[in-house]
Amino acid sequence: MSGSLNIQAARVDPNLLDLPWRLPLDEWPDEIIAALPKGISRHLVRFAHLSGHVVAVKETTDEMARGEYEMLMTLQRLDIPCVEPIACITNRLSRTGEPLKSVLVTKHLTFSLPYRALFSGRMRKKTANRLVDSLTLLLVRLHNIGFFWGDVSLSNTLFRRDAGAFAAYLVDAETGKLVARSLSDGQREHDLEIARINIAGELLDLQASGRLDESIDPVKIAKRLQETYTSLWTELTQSESFASDETWRIRERVRRLNKLGFDIEEMSITTDSAGTTVHIQPKVVDSGHHQRRLIRLTGLDAQENQARRLLNDLDEYVARHSTSGLPEDMLAHQWLTDVFEPVIMAIPRDMRRKLQPAEIFHQLLEHRWFESEKAGRDIPLTEAVESYIRDVLAHHRDEARLYNPPTGTYTVPVEIVSAKKASAAAKKALKETRVTSHSGVTTGSTAAVSPTTEPTTAPTTPPVEDASGRFVDPLTPAINDEEHEPVPFGEDPDDAIDWRDLV
Amino acid sequence: MASVTYDKATRLYPNTPRPAVDSLDLDIADGEFLVLVGPSGCGKSTSLRMLAGLEEVNGGRILIGDKDVTDIAPKDRDIAMVFQNYALYPHMTVAENMGFALKIAGVGKEERAARVLEAAKLLDLEDYLARKPKALSGGQRQRVAMGRAIVRQPQVFLMDEPLSNLDAKLRVQTRTQIASLQRRLGVTTVYVTHDQTEALTMGDRIAVLKDGILQQVGTPRQLLDAPQNVFVAGFIGSPAMNLFPADVTEDGVMFGTALLATPRETLAKVTGTSVTIGVRPEDIEISPIEGKGLQVQVDLVEELGADGYLYGHSEVEGKRTDIVARVDGRDHPNAGETVYVHPVESHVHLFNTESGERINPAAGH
Repeated sequence: MSGSLNIQAARVDPNLLDLPWRLPLDEWPDEIIAALPKGISRHLVRFAHLSGHVVAVKETTDEMARGEYEMLMTLQRLDIPCVEPIACITNRLSRTGEPLKSVLVTKHLTFSLPYRALFSGRMRKKTANRLVDSLTLLLVRLHNIGFFWGDVSLSNTLFRRDAGAFAAYLVDAETGKLVARSLSDGQREHDLEIARINIAGELLDLQASGRLDESIDPVKIAKRLQETYTSLWTELTQSESFASDETWRIRERVRRLNKLGFDIEEMSITTDSAGTTVHIQPKVVDSGHHQRRLIRLTGLDAQENQARRLLNDLDEYVARHSTSGLPEDMLAHQWLTDVFEPVIMAIPRDMRRKLQPAEIFHQLLEHRWFESEKAGRDIPLTEAVESYIRDVLAHHRDEARLYNPPTGTYTVPVEIVSAKKASAAAKKALKETRVTSHSGVTTGSTAAVSPTTEPTTAPTTPPVEDASGRFVDPLTPAINDEEHEPVPFGEDPDDAIDWRDLV
Repeated sequence: MASVTYDKATRLYPNTPRPAVDSLDLDIADGEFLVLVGPSGCGKSTSLRMLAGLEEVNGGRILIGDKDVTDIAPKDRDIAMVFQNYALYPHMTVAENMGFALKIAGVGKEERAARVLEAAKLLDLEDYLARKPKALSGGQRQRVAMGRAIVRQPQVFLMDEPLSNLDAKLRVQTRTQIASLQRRLGVTTVYVTHDQTEALTMGDRIAVLKDGILQQVGTPRQLLDAPQNVFVAGFIGSPAMNLFPADVTEDGVMFGTALLATPRETLAKVTGTSVTIGVRPEDIEISPIEGKGLQVQVDLVEELGADGYLYGHSEVEGKRTDIVARVDGRDHPNAGETVYVHPVESHVHLFNTESGERINPAAGH
C-alpha cells in the first residue's frame, strides 16, 4: 500500500505524474511554480506548469478534494461556466513515508481576471455594476440547475471580459450542493444574503485599502445584486396569463428571454376550461442564446455579449450580401474568412496574450466607431486595425495569465498552522481516515521533477515579480502564514487608533 | 435568546415515498446546545435547514420562542447560520471586520460600536479592535470571525457540520473552542454532525435521527447508559457497543454459558425465543472461571497505556460475531488465546429482537 498514489482524472495527462507529489505543496521547487499567490486562504493553493498549461493545485482534505472534483465535473457537464477540473489526487506520501494532504488540480482559466485585478486601476461605477451583474447571471444559472453555492463572493469567481461587460466563472465549489430538485425560495434567498454580505465586505476592504473609486458605494452595489437577481429570476420563471387572442405575448416572452441571452427549451402552455385565458410558464431555460447561434454559424466560441456583438456585425454583412443569393450559413462562413480572420491575423503574435480574439474584435468595432465619428467618415476595418493595435491594444496588459489566490481573504474558523504543524495534522488525519481502495493510477517511484519548457511571460500588473523572481499579487498584503504569537497590546502601531472611528 | 420548538414538523420531498423528516417533535431550551446526529440521509441537515427556513415545512410547525416561524423568510427569523467560510478582510480593522455586516443592515454607528465592543469583550479581543487581521494570531483571527456572527445578536445559532472540512487535529481544537464559546455566550445553538464523538463532546443534549425519525433525545450520559433502541445503542459510543442475539430461558438471558438473571417484567416483553443483548466494551470483564460466560478467541489487543482494547470473535448462533472488550493495559490475554468474558450485570442492555426497542430498565435510570 505504501507509495501508492491515487489519481482520479477525466483525461490522464502522463505529465501529471511528473509533478512532485511526494513533496508538500509549499516545498515545490520554483521552476515548476508559475506563480506564488500571497494571502491566507483556508487551503494552500499554488499555480504550476503542466503540459503547456498552468494549473492551480489546492491542498485539502481527502473528502473535500474528491467532492469538489466531482462537483466541478458535474457543473461542466451541465454547461455552467466554471474552472475545469483536471485531477483529484489522494493517498500522497512524502519521501519518508509520511502522509500528505490530498490535492485538487484545476486548469487555470486563461484570460480570466480576479476581481482585485480589475480594481487595480480606477474602476468606474458602471464597470463595478457590470462585474456584479455578471456574478448575478452566474448565480441565476446555478440556481436554475438546482445548485446552492453557499459561499457566493467576488473572490470565488473569475471574470472574463465580454464586450464591455463580464462573464463570470465559478472557481470554488467547495461549499456547493447540487439539489436534485429545484431550490427552495429559502435556499435561494440564503445564497443572496451570503452574496450581499460577501460582496459588500470585499468592496469595503478595497475601500479600506484606498483602491475603490469614491463614486462606488459598496453597500449599494451589493444590494444591486439582489435587485438584478430578482428581476432576472422573475423573467425566467414567472407564469403569465392573457386572453387567448393575445398569443403574440408568447412570442414576446420568448423574445425578451432571448434578449437576456436565454433560450426556452420547454414552456408549459395551458388554457382554462372556457378556452378564453392562456397561462404560460417557462419550464426549462438555457442561457447562451447568442453563443449557440454564433457557434452554429461560424464555429466561433465566444462569451454571450461578444457573440451578440459579433452577430450584429455578421448580420449586417449578411444583409449587405443578401443579393448574392447565398444561404445565411454560407455568407456567415464568408464573413468569417473575409472579415473576422483577417483582423485576428493582423494582430502581432506578441500581442495575442493580451485579450481573447472575440474581445479584440469587439474592441476594434468600438474603436472604428469612435474613429469614424471623429473623422466624419466611415473608416474601413483594415484601416481601423492599424490604429487600434497602435493606440489601444499595445497599451493593454497581458491578461492571458493573471493569477491571484482564489480567495483573497482569510477564511476561518481555521487555525492557521505552520507547514510543519499542518503536515503533522494531515498525518494524523490521514491515519484516521485513510481509505483503503486503490483503484486508479498507481506509482511507487519518486516523482521526478521535469519543468516544462514553456517560457513564462511575465504578466504586467498584477501580479509582479518579487526579488526572488516569484510572482506575487501586489494587491494583497503579504501575510506570513505561519502561526505566530500575538503581539502584546500597545506594541502594534494600530493599537493607538480609536477603533470607534472605524466601525 | 429563545427556545426552539419542532412541533410535528415534516418535510416530504416531491416524488419520494417517505418524508425526509417525519413528524419531528423536539423542544430545545433557551441557551441549550443541542446536537442533531445520525448517519447520512437521516434527516439531520434537513431538520436544521427547516429551522433556518431553507427547506419548506410540509406539515407541523416550527417555533422560535413563542413565534411561529414556519412561513417566515430566512433573514427574518433572527437566526445566524454559522458556517466555516467567514472571511476576514485584510485591509479592515478587527472592529470593521466584526461590524460591517451591521452597517449593511442599517444599524446606527453608536449601536454598532456598542455591539462590537460587547462581542470583543466576550472574545478577549477588546485590545485589538484597531488592528488589522495580519497582526493577530491564528486563534485571534478565528475569534474575530466568530465575532461577525455574535454582533448580530441572533436568537439562535445554527451550525451544519462546521468542522467537516478540517483535518482531525484542527477539528478537535475547534470543537472545544466552539463549545466553550457557546457556553460563555449562552445562545441557543443547534449543531449538526454525523460524528457521534463530536456530538458527545459538544452537546448539552443530543437528538439521534435515523430515516427521518427521531430515535432518542437526551444528555450524552443518558444516551450512553440508557439507549432506547438497538440503533442508538450501536450508533452512540466508541468503540461501539457489542450487540448480538442471546437465548432466553424462563429465568433469564444466556450470555454464552452464563445465565443473566432477568426480572419477569423484562422477560414478559420478549417476543420469540431470543433477545438482542448489548454490552459496552468497558462493561465486559474477563471471566475468572474457565468455561463461564461467552467464549472469545482473541485476535488483537491494542495497548493504550493504562487501558487496552481486546478485539476478538465468538461463535453466536453459528455466526462469527466480533467482540470488543476493555482490558488492563498490561495484564491482559494475548492474541491467539481463548478466554471467557462476562458482562457487568448492571450494565447489560436488552432489546426486543423484532422491534429493536429496549426492554430492561437501565442502571440508575
